Amino acid sequence: MAKVLVVTSGKGGVGKTTSTAAIGAALAQNGKKVAVVDFDVGLRNLDLVLGAERRVVFDLINVVQGVAKLPQALIRDKRLENLWLLPASQTRDKEALTEEGVGRVIADMRNNFDFILCDSPAGIERGAMLAMRYADEAIIVTNPEVSSVRDSDRIIGMLDSKTVKAEKGEQVEKHILITRYDPARAARGEMIGIDDILEILATPLLGIIPESQDVLRASNVGSPVTLNSPASAPARAYADATKRLLGETLPMLVPAEPKGLMKLFARRAA
Amino acid sequence: MSMFRLFSSSRPEPATAPIARERLQILLAHERGMRGQQPDLLLLLREEILAAVSRHVALDPDKVIVRMERGKDISTLEVDVELPNGFERSLAAAS
Repeated sequence: MAKVLVVTSGKGGVGKTTSTAAIGAALAQNGKKVAVVDFDVGLRNLDLVLGAERRVVFDLINVVQGVAKLPQALIRDKRLENLWLLPASQTRDKEALTEEGVGRVIADMRNNFDFILCDSPAGIERGAMLAMRYADEAIIVTNPEVSSVRDSDRIIGMLDSKTVKAEKGEQVEKHILITRYDPARAARGEMIGIDDILEILATPLLGIIPESQDVLRASNVGSPVTLNSPASAPARAYADATKRLLGETLPMLVPAEPKGLMKLFARRAA
Repeated sequence: MSMFRLFSSSRPEPATAPIARERLQILLAHERGMRGQQPDLLLLLREEILAAVSRHVALDPDKVIVRMERGKDISTLEVDVELPNGFERSLAAAS
């Protein structure tokens, strides 16, 4: 039976889509059959980050409305045979996504995949609600920055009250994924600490992804960072986070500031 | 700015992270109360203060007032506990 995960945050631009692509690919690399579903109707981007933008024919709304069958809309990744994308619609009205319809599609997918990753749109409106509605677990993407932490807190409140699991009196298992972590700023005391974030949000940590050019380069070429530059710091952090999702216990490495000469260059470049 | 920083590391700017933490804690305590999923902070504080003081002094629960003032720069927590006359004597008797 598949596990449904929502990748959510409240705030925009924190790295939900990047994280969905990276973790989805890493799960597939671990031998799991994975579907990533874009819920950002009208502003889809998961297709672009995965390099599948020219292969989109049908989308989530087509499937919800019965215009297309699920296998017709699913796009198989060209690099990872275990990874599939269900894109969002770029043009249609977002009202076309109904709770009941999304429920049907998710239930259908549960029979065919190990993991279903729902990439939530920003905000707390209908799209974000639908993305989390059927989730078993949630990855809350948070930047070490006050507005992002506040929005994560809000989203945690929604996960605990507005999901099917919550309404049944169960808990959606929640994980914090800290992204765009900048070791240099942390060392200068300019960035809210990881311990502080975890204490405030009272939610366990899945991983810490350092801010990196590798992430940008990967999205430029339409490849998840875990595939595009697997040896890079962010890719390794995503790979570790994925293993934790799969139940492994790994030491949590806090990205460190480059030392000496490297530091000089890093600062200059910043 | 970054070039400037490079040569003036002898004068570090004060860390702003602790301020972020403080502000978030106060704000979220408030917002969680508004959501109604967590008990209201002021109500909780009032109950716990009342319980703590009541362990030592008999007092009228209505005479414990907890108020929060939200200002632009800072917020203040005002705790007003009215004690009955002669409470020192009852304390001495209890100990």
